[in-house]
Amino acid sequence: MTPAVPLPLVREVEVTIDGRLTRVLESATILEACKSIGIETPTLCYLETLTPVNVCRVCVVEVEGARVLAPACSRQVEPGMVVHTDSERVRLSRRLVFELLGSSVDLSLATPEFKQDMARYDARPERFNADPRATVAQPVKVDNNLYVRDYSKCVLCYKCVEACGTDAQNTFAIAVAGRGFGAGIATEFDTPLPDSACVYCGNCIGVCPTGALMFKSEHDMRQAGTWDESKQTVTDTICPYCGVGCTLQLHVQDNSIVRVTSPIDHDVTSGHLCIKGRFGWQFVQNRPPS
Amino acid sequence: MDLHLIPGAVASDAERDAIDGVLASGPKARHLLLPALHAAQRRVGYISEGALNHICVGLEVPPAETYGVASFYAMFALAPRAPRVVHVCDDIACRTRGAAAMCDALEAQVGKPGDSVPGGMATWVRSPCLGLCEHAPVAMVQEAGLRPADYDLAPVTFDQIRSVMATAPQPQPVRAPSAPQTLSPRAAELRLLRRIGLVDPQSLDDYRAHGGYSALRRALALGPERVLREVNDSKLVGRGGAAFPTGRKWEAVARSPVRPHYLVCNADESEPGTFKDRVLMEEDPFALIEAMTIAGVATGCEVGFLYIRGEYPLATSRLTGAIAQARTRGLLGDNVMGEGVRFDIQLRRGAGAYICGEETSLFNSIEGFRGEPRNKPPFPVQSGLFHKPTVVNNVETLVNVLDIIASGGPEFATVGTGGSSGTKLFCVSGCSSRPGLYEAPFGITLRELIDLAGGVRDGRPLRAVLLGGAAGMFVTPEELDMPLTFEGTRAAGATLGSGVIMLFDDTIDLGDILLRIASFFRDESCGQCVPCRIGTVRQEEALHRLRTSRSTNGIETELALINDVAQVMRDASICGLGQTAASAVQSALRKLPIFVPGGAS
Repeated sequence: MTPAVPLPLVREVEVTIDGRLTRVLESATILEACKSIGIETPTLCYLETLTPVNVCRVCVVEVEGARVLAPACSRQVEPGMVVHTDSERVRLSRRLVFELLGSSVDLSLATPEFKQDMARYDARPERFNADPRATVAQPVKVDNNLYVRDYSKCVLCYKCVEACGTDAQNTFAIAVAGRGFGAGIATEFDTPLPDSACVYCGNCIGVCPTGALMFKSEHDMRQAGTWDESKQTVTDTICPYCGVGCTLQLHVQDNSIVRVTSPIDHDVTSGHLCIKGRFGWQFVQNRPPS
Repeated sequence: MDLHLIPGAVASDAERDAIDGVLASGPKARHLLLPALHAAQRRVGYISEGALNHICVGLEVPPAETYGVASFYAMFALAPRAPRVVHVCDDIACRTRGAAAMCDALEAQVGKPGDSVPGGMATWVRSPCLGLCEHAPVAMVQEAGLRPADYDLAPVTFDQIRSVMATAPQPQPVRAPSAPQTLSPRAAELRLLRRIGLVDPQSLDDYRAHGGYSALRRALALGPERVLREVNDSKLVGRGGAAFPTGRKWEAVARSPVRPHYLVCNADESEPGTFKDRVLMEEDPFALIEAMTIAGVATGCEVGFLYIRGEYPLATSRLTGAIAQARTRGLLGDNVMGEGVRFDIQLRRGAGAYICGEETSLFNSIEGFRGEPRNKPPFPVQSGLFHKPTVVNNVETLVNVLDIIASGGPEFATVGTGGSSGTKLFCVSGCSSRPGLYEAPFGITLRELIDLAGGVRDGRPLRAVLLGGAAGMFVTPEELDMPLTFEGTRAAGATLGSGVIMLFDDTIDLGDILLRIASFFRDESCGQCVPCRIGTVRQEEALHRLRTSRSTNGIETELALINDVAQVMRDASICGLGQTAASAVQSALRKLPIFVPGGAS
């Protein structure tokens, strides 16, 4: 017989968001509370499967009584909290974060949600175009056959570092190095990936929101001008290698696998894979030379 | 963890010995990372791949993370560099005394910053404020080798820098006194500066002969509860800039059921124009050690970390000596003063990062991580160093505790004003006749304080005062009757900050000063959050355009950009650095005739 386990005590607290009184779990963040009543909050460095680092500041909200704005992604609700998500201060900060990023980083491959949010806040990065203007533009790092790193597209959201570290892979091949505007994601002494601790799980690619980390296959096709997502299909399957049973999503263009992902809400993977599932699919398309 | 090291990189015997010396100082723990990096750099002048590997193995930290930490600090080099590095301050206080021209001359006649002189033995670099502003212009020399030595040149001349770079280090001349009130005729009523100039900072006996350790004796007799009450009654608030009530902080930690508790003394005094803590630590180091011990005993901490900025070599050596003497005499250790109380102090050196003066960055730095601030809440009293309840106090705050215990909290509260009790140390620099550290009761006006320091040099007209440091505000000559209290400066829309009072006369190019402040924040932003990382850059760029009249946008558009950036930095940055990175610039643009048609620059 199973011993009786007392149910955990779940408390709710009342908060007011944009004038609407709502009850949420006391452990909830402001972001979760907003979501529960249908308020859309832009996010960039936040991902359900990673520890919030609250560095991008695009999700900031105004909490009454606080001197500065609070990051919705990580600030826990408190009883009686009064939150404004669309005040002038909030709108200005969100717009400026988008503009500052847009003025220094290549956002051409950012997620559609990111671009929608930029439009929603009327972000006009070109305001900052006058000379001198520092950007993070730099050559693409191509040092292995599996993936490339284009840090001119990096917004420094820390997601890849988290996925490489304790939030997923525990490999610690990369970290944030340098300081200030010169900070960037790096291996030790910027050593090429094959000399680093990288195990090519590709989980950093899986969490990158701006296309800074990319399959070599995708990179090469984009270079050749043949990458065309409108011609791609996505097929769910189970990884054939081991018994874990990871769901793979095969992105196929012109009858070739061009990229592999896993759904973030998948029980087994939470979106993460290993080198075999992520990159080991060439045998499927090992066709005789034409 | 499966550590993957840098292939083929092996530490030299010298590096190995230096690093092992640090690793042997305690159980293997990540908080030895910063000391180990210092040891490697001090031995050979930079952190090599082999040294990094050796540290990573010793502490079981992945190389990428160690590299991330090492590359965070300005004083560490990660490529071979000359063993002797002269850090020449070109920050705002030194700029009022010719530092910019001196750096230009060095560049023209000695070489570019970072380039070695012939022979490869020495190089020079530009440095942010070295905290020696009363002696401006100044420089600090970092000498790596078997007998490493760091020392200041204050004041410094072009010829001195050139000769230090060309030859072996010279014996250092004794610096001029920093606190004019301690000279004859000595000011009456000095409290924080009471022993300065009278006591031998290297002698525990002399400290005791001047009343030292009577406060700790009394605190042990009173017990923690009474000490907390006295500190509460004193109405002491923090002197680091934020002015939080010290008693409330102490009480929160003392009452916390979570153990252990930690005490941290924030001696990472890096606010441009600030040197008060340095003078206290150099001239009266035992006072800080005694005060920390009282704080530790009152709040249930058995370990206190003293985190001092890397640019303070003399204070570091005085404190190291003081801690060692206190240990020998049973004033630190397992049985403090024979009363069965345990308290000891670990000294940690920063390595060139203004952000580490932010308390949560300081915790990360001690713990061996990048000095990036943490989000608050949770506050340090709940979750601070090693995520335990932590009391973190500035040096000046702690030294005040000695008087509070000696004469009682209520007596202390009679000095100063209702909202600001006690006396305050003011760092007067720039175009003052007698730059230096001054102590005055809260409530003295800005004008009175400037007069106390002899007014403006050569009787020239005053154009502006920077109050509170680079993170503070400019005030105009019309505002000099402002009382120097927390409430008085707040009412005037300014801030007392760390007690900086930097004077600018009519010979100073204020546009140049503003640009230096902007570039200071650009250099010192940790890079973690977008508003500060990019905002500080865009602020500097817009100022640069305004100054060189290269703007294609027009003044109005540039000012609108600067104001938008200022607001997002103030509202949405993670920590106080970003939140105040625009305040001096904003106050100057609002109040001073800079960058406007017909303006001075």
